[in-house]
Amino acid sequence: MSLLSYFRGETFARGVHPPQHKLTADMPIRRLPFAPRLIVPLSQHVGRPAKPVVKIGQEVVRGQPLAVADGFLSVPHHAPATGVVEDIRLHPTADGPWTECIILRVYSGSTQEVLWSAPRDLDALDTDGLAHAVQDTGVVGLGGGVFPTHAKLRVPKEFPIDTLVVNGCECEPYLTSDHRVMVERPRDLLAGIAIAQRLLGGPRAIIGIEDNKMDAVAAIRALLPEGSSVSVEAVPTKYPQGAGEMLIKTLVGREVPPDARAYTTGAYVQNVATLANLGQLMPKGQGFIERVITVTGTAIERPGNYLVPMGTPLKFLLDVVGAKDEALEVIFGGPMMGEAVSCLDTPITKGVAGILVLRGRDLAERSSRKTYPCIKCGECVGACPMGLNPSTLGMLAVKRMYDTMSEHYQLGACFECGSCSFVCPANIPLVQHFRVAKAVLRGRKS
Amino acid sequence: MSQNIAQITAPTMAPAVAPHAHGGGAVSRTMHLVQLALVPATLYGFWLYGWPAIILWALTVGFCLMWEGLSLRLSGQPAKRHLLDGSAVLTGWLLALTLPPWAPWWVALIGSFIAIVFAKQMFGGLGQNVFNPAMVARVALLVSFPVPLTLWVAPLPLFSAGAPGFLDSLHVILGAAPIPDAVTSASLLGYTKTELSRGVDLLHSLGAAHGGTVVSWIGNRAGSLGESASLLIALGGLAMLWLRVISWHVPVAMLLGVVIPAAIGHSVNPVRYLDVASHLLSGGVMLGAFFIATDYVTSPSTGPGKLIFGAGVGFMTYVIRTWGGYPEGVAFAVLLMNTLSPVIDRFTPPRILGRDRRGRPLEIKS
Repeated sequence: MSLLSYFRGETFARGVHPPQHKLTADMPIRRLPFAPRLIVPLSQHVGRPAKPVVKIGQEVVRGQPLAVADGFLSVPHHAPATGVVEDIRLHPTADGPWTECIILRVYSGSTQEVLWSAPRDLDALDTDGLAHAVQDTGVVGLGGGVFPTHAKLRVPKEFPIDTLVVNGCECEPYLTSDHRVMVERPRDLLAGIAIAQRLLGGPRAIIGIEDNKMDAVAAIRALLPEGSSVSVEAVPTKYPQGAGEMLIKTLVGREVPPDARAYTTGAYVQNVATLANLGQLMPKGQGFIERVITVTGTAIERPGNYLVPMGTPLKFLLDVVGAKDEALEVIFGGPMMGEAVSCLDTPITKGVAGILVLRGRDLAERSSRKTYPCIKCGECVGACPMGLNPSTLGMLAVKRMYDTMSEHYQLGACFECGSCSFVCPANIPLVQHFRVAKAVLRGRKS
Repeated sequence: MSQNIAQITAPTMAPAVAPHAHGGGAVSRTMHLVQLALVPATLYGFWLYGWPAIILWALTVGFCLMWEGLSLRLSGQPAKRHLLDGSAVLTGWLLALTLPPWAPWWVALIGSFIAIVFAKQMFGGLGQNVFNPAMVARVALLVSFPVPLTLWVAPLPLFSAGAPGFLDSLHVILGAAPIPDAVTSASLLGYTKTELSRGVDLLHSLGAAHGGTVVSWIGNRAGSLGESASLLIALGGLAMLWLRVISWHVPVAMLLGVVIPAAIGHSVNPVRYLDVASHLLSGGVMLGAFFIATDYVTSPSTGPGKLIFGAGVGFMTYVIRTWGGYPEGVAFAVLLMNTLSPVIDRFTPPRILGRDRRGRPLEIKS
């Protein structure tokens, strides 16, 4: 997509251009050592928590299921390392202070080879069998949505899918894990796309990659045969290009109506990391036990793209990559939508694509920023990719007029990308206002 | 369970709300940029009208800060923070630019009181006011004290022969010495309006008074600080456009709102209606288009809304100038459109993704 088409509006309207800070874009994926103890929460996904199938004191090998799916909307979790189940107890995670977890003591002498797998002949499977095979990998939406992938791939028959939109935008500043996966594992990605295409009834696939990652575009394009049903498109680098609705608008030109799922438009979005993991794990019949995570930020001595075993405690990871003394804020995800973690015992789970560690200095700069009353400058109106009026919504939120916000100003369309707060010269915590409003409205409904 | 709690490290001290990044804009920065854009025109005005203008400007800005501080104090708000946000200074500055440069001190005192206390703080302070404070003050002053507010002086540049020194100027502003009659002059719009009402048509009145050159870009004629140097005002405005402090919508729409009816009127009857250049370069049109009507608080926030608002201000200005009782109409036009601003905002929302302009969900094409 050229500059010209950018001006012709062949992307979503508005949006923002935060500084990129992609410090780790050229750093190859490296493996993180195993922590002495891994903490595997039973719920790392949307849906019912998995059911443990191991007992305390039981020895497990790397890749073996620790817990199995409890029904359709659930996924299994596998042993990220060979060791012994030390305990099954409540432990703090990103989901909350007390979440049921399997604590695994890792055998330090083990080779940590993946010793458990259940390979299947994928070509011989029908779509139901293939969907089961997807569920057995334990893969969920790795862009952060953590919705079980097999469930997302089951699109109701009345909505035929004509386009599989593969989301390789990685529009969050700092993060480069998807970028590295696309550059280093394009074959896995294409294998995963083929599986998703089969499950969706054979749509064409378009891989959308922001044009700040042309090496990833080239790496994938080099593997595509003539007349392939898969194509790669460089899309304008603009936040939040990687939001599903935005990328559909950019690549397919369709708009997802409010309260409707994206697939009702015939376009279906899946993140590159999710598909690359499917492509890697499914042929071998292995479970999802590690993922590429960008560890970066001003307070990290050795930033990079690390292959991190699931369940690695944050503290161990920070010790390995060298968190400086001034490190104060640890964020799961990027600076725009990531969530600050309050406890360093929190384990890394499936939905974490990046870890951003900032210094006290950065925070002091931010907390010293004054908050003013809204002066209606309209910066937020010019930033909101959904076309909302955050300024008015913010004023209504202060007055607690939550019903007006939702009925007349379409609060429900907000997906909390943070563009409005980012540009606000009055430094009003707009996103926070909207979260509170949504929570109150949800509470009233139930 | 207790041994678990002991393991938990101290929570990080950071705020836990996304986004964790900020674009770096600040209200005070915006205010200061606007002030910076006003500097060239203001300095030129100072040179043109001498010490009295400088003293009046300083008094107006100073009084605005005083009233702002007092109001903040009385309403229990953090006075220091809001005083430094630059909004009171900007209001005072803009008001000073619209006053006759040799107006007495009490005009500054009362004007800044009306602007800050009545038009801004009584509505709830920064961001809450419905009307542009500087324009409320200007209109209130004009209606209450028509004589000092229409007593213009011919340019008498600093250090030129006959220009008053600092002390003499102080006497003029303090009202201890009258403004010498020889200096007073009428503004272009005021003069033509008076002459027209006496039945003298434009060809004769303008030919007699200005020797053919009706308007000048450098504003070497009687007027307020803000109308003298249209060129420098426009330059400041363009700088703000370039820095994205303001968007193009309001200035373009407002200028067109004046230009189009003026062009039509003048081409139909040049004897009765002033030409386009006179309309653009005299009075407060340039100041209004770039600095007054673009005020965030009192104008709509979407592109289409700004276009409607700007066009409305421009057109109303022309109507008031041409058919109204006052020679100049920018201030009235701005206030009139300020009342409509919330309504315009209501009816010109951006189109929400996946919805049509009225907010109804889009049909999915299959």
